[in-house]
Amino acid sequence: MNVEWYVVLSSLLFAIGATGILIRRSPIVILLCLELMLNAGNLALVAFSRMVGNQQGQVFAIVVMVVAACEVVIGLGLIVALFKRRLPLDVDALKELRG
Amino acid sequence: MSATTWAWLVLLLPLLGSILIGLSFKLVPARVAGIVGTASIGLAFACGVAMLVNLLGQDPDARHHASSLWDYASVAGLDIKLGIYVDQLSTFMVLVVTGVSTLIHLYSFGYMRSDEGYHRFFSYLNFFVFSMLLLVLAGNFVLLIVGWAFVGFASYALISFWYRRTTATKAGMKAFVINVVGDIGLVLAAFLIFRELGTFDYGAVFAKAPHVFSTNEWTVTAICLLLLVGAFAKSAQLPLHTWLPDAMEGPTPVSSLIHAATMVTAGVYLIARTHVLFVLAPTAADVAAFVGLATLLVAGTIAIAQTDLKRVIAYSTMSQIGYMVMGVSIGAYAQGLFHLMTHAFFKALLFMAAGSIISAMANRQDIDRMSGFWKAMRLTSILFLVGSLALAAFPLTSGFFSKDSILAFAEARGGMYFWMAIGGYVGAFLTAIYTFRLVFRVLPGDPCPEAQHLIESGELYHGPPINPATEEEEDVEVGFPGAHHHIAEQSKPMAVAMAVLGFGALFAGLIQVPGVSDVLFKFLDPAFANSPLSEVHPSVGAEWRGLVIGGLISVLGIGVAWLLWVARPEWPALFRERLRPVYLLCLNKWYFDEAIDLLVVRPALAIGRFANRTFERVVVDGLVIGAEDVVGSGGRLVRLAQSGYVRAYALLLVVGFAGLALYFLLSSS
Repeated sequence: MNVEWYVVLSSLLFAIGATGILIRRSPIVILLCLELMLNAGNLALVAFSRMVGNQQGQVFAIVVMVVAACEVVIGLGLIVALFKRRLPLDVDALKELRG
Repeated sequence: MSATTWAWLVLLLPLLGSILIGLSFKLVPARVAGIVGTASIGLAFACGVAMLVNLLGQDPDARHHASSLWDYASVAGLDIKLGIYVDQLSTFMVLVVTGVSTLIHLYSFGYMRSDEGYHRFFSYLNFFVFSMLLLVLAGNFVLLIVGWAFVGFASYALISFWYRRTTATKAGMKAFVINVVGDIGLVLAAFLIFRELGTFDYGAVFAKAPHVFSTNEWTVTAICLLLLVGAFAKSAQLPLHTWLPDAMEGPTPVSSLIHAATMVTAGVYLIARTHVLFVLAPTAADVAAFVGLATLLVAGTIAIAQTDLKRVIAYSTMSQIGYMVMGVSIGAYAQGLFHLMTHAFFKALLFMAAGSIISAMANRQDIDRMSGFWKAMRLTSILFLVGSLALAAFPLTSGFFSKDSILAFAEARGGMYFWMAIGGYVGAFLTAIYTFRLVFRVLPGDPCPEAQHLIESGELYHGPPINPATEEEEDVEVGFPGAHHHIAEQSKPMAVAMAVLGFGALFAGLIQVPGVSDVLFKFLDPAFANSPLSEVHPSVGAEWRGLVIGGLISVLGIGVAWLLWVARPEWPALFRERLRPVYLLCLNKWYFDEAIDLLVVRPALAIGRFANRTFERVVVDGLVIGAEDVVGSGGRLVRLAQSGYVRAYALLLVVGFAGLALYFLLSSS
């Protein structure tokens, strides 16, 4: 199979993830969308690795997975903390960072 | 052991004492601190005597030795050693300093017994003695400056010893600031000496100076005038004297030791030590002699009008140091030092007796309140009288011989110095008057209530603790004088110390009687043999003539004092009224404080205010506030982007990366 299909699928997944982050307000869904974007990147990495014929891209994909796992830990931790403090699970309602 | 080894021991003992007492605070009882402090100075005196014995075993012209332990500073052509210089002059000073200090430590042992700061007091006092010995033993100008600054600090610390008394801390600051003015003069003089001669070492400087400088060359005159600034500030000569009367805020033993017997004579020592330079700069020497003369006259007139017991004695100290400064400046080196020694004895004694009287007065110092102490405190009164007689140069006391030896020398030098001698006799007349004003107002008459209390109950009068300067009631805890001090009648150490000094005040003059004994001058003269003025010798007849005149003036002055304050007690008030301007001038200390305030303090404050208004507000604040404004407005702009909506940030991120990707795609194709 051609590498183009993989890249198209990866782009599609990335766009879906980005759109999800931009339009959804639930932090859990945003976290899911982030995972989607990361894995779109992973797909592209693996596809290009196959195309080039060495393993470097695959190694990077594994590194990205580790980063993604860390990110999920922190993200879910934040969500649990929000929940415990009975704060609204809505990113638009949490705007204490406003300058 | 050699003389220099003994000298190092002399230096080491008080330093050890100071450190030991300072560190063992709270570990040992107060008595131990007092004993250690007194013993260390006593041992130092013993080492000083050993030093003298060692020197006496040598040829009179070979009695000068330099010794150094290690390099103090060695950089860029500068080679300063931690060195001492032992000769007749420094040996003499060491003996006077340690001898009088031992007795004053002994006195303090009794006097300060009820004070909360006993350890601190002895630690400071030992440190002072160490600094003073460093000053007189230093072998180069750098160590001299170190000792000079150390005694300044010790003086500050001891004036402000009762540190919760505002008047005392202010007096300490005043003394320190004025002494720093003097330090600057001394340091600048040392710089000039190094620039011209390339060395700080006494031996080298005094050997080179006559070959490098011609007489009255401006550099050597400048050096001497700068040295004089230092000497005047330390020795309380006009116009840098205003700190000394205020320094009487310190405990009485401090006034006795530092502000009468030893530290304030450092200026006299300095002029005597650098006499080689002053011989090359006769103009500067004449300036010093005139300032000394002016000081002794001005201080004498002020002393007549003051009513604070300690301050009157302080002004008399200024006046007597005026004699010494005049003496060593006109070439009467040994004579000036002779007066330094006798003055140390009788002035220390006078302060001790005054301290005893002030104790009995429950810390009040106003002589208007005192009378009748002859009946209440016989021992103190006798010794007060002895000190006063010596100060007034009563015939055959120590002050009689020493003061007149200076004036006889001035007379023998002739010319304008003859008129200085006349001025000195006028000063002696004033001295006799103000000294016996104290005696006649404090000792005879009906006992004042405090003295009456002492006679009747045999115990000290305990008034509420007050500050004698402001009449405010105060605490008795640490940082204040204790509940009470002690009197010589009830404290053995005080009585012993005063009795020894009383003996010295009466008989110390006998070591140097014209035509009879010549112990001191014979010892000191070789140290000044290189001065052409050492050729001047008043004849024995002239000296005795001077002594007779001096004795007559003294008796006359005492008579006038008797007339004014005993026989015709209504006359002083009459004089005060008739001569009101003169009286006010003397009462207000010739307005020196006000003049310094007007000429120095206010202009300095005005310059400060001006700089604040213009430079600080406009330039500095302009820069600082301008920078702050730039940053602030930049921040306000950036804040607009911070909406707080996470999704908006995400959108910006996506758009930005998309834009970036687009840019690279377009630019690569």
